[in-house]
Amino acid sequence: MDLLEFARGPALQVSLAIFVFGVIWRLLGLLLLPWRKDHSAPRGTAPYAVVAVLQANLRKMWPHKTFVKATVFQFVNGYVMHVGLAIVVLLFAPHILFIKSLFGVTWPALPSNVVYAVGAITLFSLIAGLLHRLTSPVLQLISRTDDYISWLVTLLPVATGLLAIIQVGARYETLLALHILSICLFFIWFPFGKLMHAFTFVLSRGATGVRFKHRGAEL
Amino acid sequence: MAETRTLGELLVERGVSRRAFLKYSSYLATLMALPPSAAEAMAEGLAKARRQAVIWLSFQECTGCTESLTRAFSPTLEDLIFNFISLDYHHTLMAVSGEAAENARLQSMAENKGKYIVMVDGSVPMKDGGVYSTIAGRTNLETLRETAKDAFAVISVGTCAAFGGLPHADPNPTGAVAIQDIVKDKPVINIPGCPPIPDAMTGTVAHILSFGKLPELDDLKRPKAFFGETIHDRCYRRPFYQRGLFAKSFDDEGARKGWCLYEVGCKGPITYNACATLKWNGGVSFPIQSGHGCLGCSEPDFWDKGGFYRPLPTPLASVREHVTEAAAAGAVLGGAAAWLARSSQNAYKSETKKSEEA
Repeated sequence: MDLLEFARGPALQVSLAIFVFGVIWRLLGLLLLPWRKDHSAPRGTAPYAVVAVLQANLRKMWPHKTFVKATVFQFVNGYVMHVGLAIVVLLFAPHILFIKSLFGVTWPALPSNVVYAVGAITLFSLIAGLLHRLTSPVLQLISRTDDYISWLVTLLPVATGLLAIIQVGARYETLLALHILSICLFFIWFPFGKLMHAFTFVLSRGATGVRFKHRGAEL
Repeated sequence: MAETRTLGELLVERGVSRRAFLKYSSYLATLMALPPSAAEAMAEGLAKARRQAVIWLSFQECTGCTESLTRAFSPTLEDLIFNFISLDYHHTLMAVSGEAAENARLQSMAENKGKYIVMVDGSVPMKDGGVYSTIAGRTNLETLRETAKDAFAVISVGTCAAFGGLPHADPNPTGAVAIQDIVKDKPVINIPGCPPIPDAMTGTVAHILSFGKLPELDDLKRPKAFFGETIHDRCYRRPFYQRGLFAKSFDDEGARKGWCLYEVGCKGPITYNACATLKWNGGVSFPIQSGHGCLGCSEPDFWDKGGFYRPLPTPLASVREHVTEAAAAGAVLGGAAAWLARSSQNAYKSETKKSEEA
């Protein structure tokens, strides 16, 4: 069994199983917890909980005007990175094939060259994000090992994917195998680190929104 | 048998002009990506060389490699390269000669000790004492060891000889192995393919004849001149890949328009061979040009890589079963964790209530 066979075979099987296991474990464990009841009477302006969840999720997509100046870089860079990742993951033909093999659904792909360009921008964005984290005193204080591991396992698939395209450092099949293995690493780490925010950010923002709105506070 | 005349003398006898010979040498040098100056050196080398004794052994194979070579007939000098070779023994072609053929092999080995080339197509069965393939009452292993012992080099022709090929495919009932797994003390060149491109075979032999040494090989012992780039690198459909235009099936609009076959399982991106440049049948076509994706036949274990029509970026086997089991386990653990948390909270509440009542 060569490296590519290992990556496409046992490595993908095990890592996908760990990913699904971990995500469902954490999500169910979270959602089935008893909900904290707020016994106080809601303010007259308090909307339904669902509306509060939506409002909070939308509102938190851009910082409050007070914090715009201080956080504009991380917001813009965050958007570049996340949108870039979404384009690369969801609109590159080989990735669509991978998703189709799992779920049976498919959609049109972007031209490969466009995805390559977006991938390169995403890579720079990830590096810029790390540099910002390393140079910001506040971020340094609140950063944990988890943050750096999550950053690394996100960077590696992007970097190895680009290397596979330009075929630098090794033969294509080796780079492709490394790319798939880096995705396996991403899948394995995802449920147990901060990457889980891809699922939990909606819940945490929603919970904040419900509490704030219940008390009549602005988001 | 032992030949005293040089190839140059032989060619003159056969009426081949120097101009035609130089043209052919240039073609060979270009084929092998050698610098322009090498063409003349190649011509000089070939002209001074003596007929190369070659012993061709056929083991567990389908004869496709021999078919490929013998049908590589060309009105040019290409076929003449095998007039340069003294094919002293060929299992398949000389099968009806019986004992006489075996004697010819032994005689050639004795007369050309240390100089002859052994070309092998087919893998060698190792299981149960190698009984699954025998010739003249001897196992392939015995014949190979005996013949390769005094050879200058061994050329494994075809994927079966180079990497085990189809006989080596899971579950490998005969315990088939590649030639390089057995011959350890001689230079081995692999010219894989199912079958290999005739020009790759003739070009490699011509290189040895011209320069008296082996051509540059890759990590799988394949001549870099023919196996240095992937099919994908040189595929005429590559621009469609770049533009994201793919055939989704073999009879859709994309297939009719000649779009990239990546999504229907083409293995071109991981297959090192010269099909896209040299092509087949005198440069007429190659599988992708004929509308079918590359099978990856010049790569080890190409039969066991998840299926010819499974696209490259997908898992080798279905992951659905494992993922379903993992999801069920995750649900049980998540539910149990929440239940424990609730129980703990309820216990805390009842304790608090009791202490308040007390």
